[in-house]
Amino acid sequence: MAILINKDTKVICQGLTGSQGSFHSEQCKAYGTKMVGGVTPGKGGTTHLGIPVFNTVKEAKAKTGCNVSMIFVPPPFAADSIMEAVDADLDLVICITEGIPVLDMVKVKKYMQGKRTRLIGPNCPGVITPGECKIGIMPGHIHKKGNIGVLSRSGTLTYEAVGQLSALGLGQSTCVGIGGDPVNGTNFIDMLKLYNADPETHAVIMIGEIGGSAEEEAAEYIKKEFKKPVAVFIAGASAPPGKRMGHAGAIISGGKGTAEAKFAALEAAGCKIARSPADMGTTLKSMLK
Amino acid sequence: MNIHEYQAKEVLRKFGVATLKGQVAHSPEEAVTAAKNIGGSLWVVKAQIHAGGRGKGGGVKIAKSLDEVRDLTAKMLGMTLVTHQTGPEGKVVQKVFIEQGCNIAKEYYVACLIDRATSHVTMMASSEGGMDIEEVAEHNPNAIKKVDIDPVTGLGAWQARELAFAIGMAPDQINKAVKFMMGLYEAFVKCDCSIAEINPLVVTKEGDVLCLDAKMNFDSNALYRQPQIVELRDLNEEEPTEIEASKFDLAFIKLDGNIGCLVNGAGLAMATLDIIKLHGASPANFLDVGGGANKEKVTNAFKIILKDPNVKGILVNIFGGIMKCDVIAEGVIAASKEVGLKVPLVCRLEGTNVELGKKMLAESGLNIIPANDLTDAAKKITAAIKK
Repeated sequence: MAILINKDTKVICQGLTGSQGSFHSEQCKAYGTKMVGGVTPGKGGTTHLGIPVFNTVKEAKAKTGCNVSMIFVPPPFAADSIMEAVDADLDLVICITEGIPVLDMVKVKKYMQGKRTRLIGPNCPGVITPGECKIGIMPGHIHKKGNIGVLSRSGTLTYEAVGQLSALGLGQSTCVGIGGDPVNGTNFIDMLKLYNADPETHAVIMIGEIGGSAEEEAAEYIKKEFKKPVAVFIAGASAPPGKRMGHAGAIISGGKGTAEAKFAALEAAGCKIARSPADMGTTLKSMLK
Repeated sequence: MNIHEYQAKEVLRKFGVATLKGQVAHSPEEAVTAAKNIGGSLWVVKAQIHAGGRGKGGGVKIAKSLDEVRDLTAKMLGMTLVTHQTGPEGKVVQKVFIEQGCNIAKEYYVACLIDRATSHVTMMASSEGGMDIEEVAEHNPNAIKKVDIDPVTGLGAWQARELAFAIGMAPDQINKAVKFMMGLYEAFVKCDCSIAEINPLVVTKEGDVLCLDAKMNFDSNALYRQPQIVELRDLNEEEPTEIEASKFDLAFIKLDGNIGCLVNGAGLAMATLDIIKLHGASPANFLDVGGGANKEKVTNAFKIILKDPNVKGILVNIFGGIMKCDVIAEGVIAASKEVGLKVPLVCRLEGTNVELGKKMLAESGLNIIPANDLTDAAKKITAAIKK
């Protein structure tokens, strides 16, 4: 089970022949992910890292039967690549690229309406189902197969949570980085719904950050429908207002999007709060029976 | 990226947004020439800094003669203007905008921004112009009207009309208001804005619909395709260390504490500031070195952190993951030697070859304290700066 991806997932990489695409595709392959091909327009017909390269996503899908794409295309062209993958009717598109203009993402979201493809990211570390499939830039070796879902807007902070869980002997079902941009493909609620339905996920660590109201919206959903324990950390409690803290979406504007407001909403929804990022793992453990 | 009011008005004018006549000035003489060019007998002298609330801080004055234009400009240039958006240290005024006066009948508010919840551009307007929109949202949320804009069609004239009527504009002003709002939306999308705010939009006694003050902020991810906007960047308005950091592709924000921070990843960097605060100390900066924490990047980061004389110690927190800790340790040691690090350095590494990395740090002969985890790192750095 797990969510989104498993041992049968067949993955292509858009931007396979670039330096980032090559490096991380090789890492994914080494982890055991079924990397079946790549797309680099103009390099179709060649082979790279021992897998075939195609000119278009449609061609790659027809020849390899891939159902997921991992995108490492540079920011000016990444929105176009996402739409190409959506048009090819893949199940899932995971866009790692950081720095896509937000108005490009507004167009992408509009284009995706009515289509069945799910987008994770952009500006995200990717998705991993430990022991089965890794799609993204996360270090595979820190993960451990198990029953905790990890859901986050941040990359390295996700690794931190995973590291803490693994050290406590708690493995993970699937870890999802939804990305740090203001307009992204998938929000917390979309993922929580999948975790709710997944029998292999027994509890979830959710990691938010300042900016926007995705955490508050997730809190409403958790209160109403989510059946499993949720431990929460929100990064940026000490961030000054009006400053963009690295991620395009991590900014407190007009007094909105503070860590305090998010902590309060999630606590009221029955989540257990880790005030310190060092306590994410232990907070979750304390909730397990 | 932010720009000045006078620049925002230049941009908006190109899209058909009506503004008053105005000219920027860097000296009292230039201000007088500007006032003469503009004509009339009443001018407004406005300090140009990248912050709102200038009126309350004494940065907006009315001049009824050319002598007054000269005097007010002379007083304003070089003064440190403190507003609720500048912080207590304020900002030095380096240029003023001389603008034609007008007879204000009524003030409104209108702005374009990205609505994260809908992933669309939203236009919002309010009958309560001249006030901070956050304040209006607090005490009279019903006064704020919004329309959701479809990215395919753009702002419809019907939507602009709906907004203009909703905020109580008179029927004979509607067409002018629609032109104004359509222009604002065009400017927003064509220039890759993240916010474009007109506050106040005024209706004059003569019935004109004009932009009296404008704030525009641009999506830094889109600047590569906005060369004309990039030219408007005013480095005087930005923190020098932040400009320096951006040259090396480091995300850096200066804060007011005394522990310098060097972290990989924005989320972990924020969390590092949080844990320092939880241990009763205060961070001097936010710094995300990004994916590759090599010697060059760490050296540049150290140099930038150490420009701040308040820094009493540095905390390095790298979750290497795919990167090998011994390679990172090598980078940290080399960087420490190169900058001749005098302050204590606590270094927390995680990832492949972590034991080797820690051993290298401990045996470097430098004042580097290895830490085991986040809490350990926070404890060690807060203790180290007290010594």
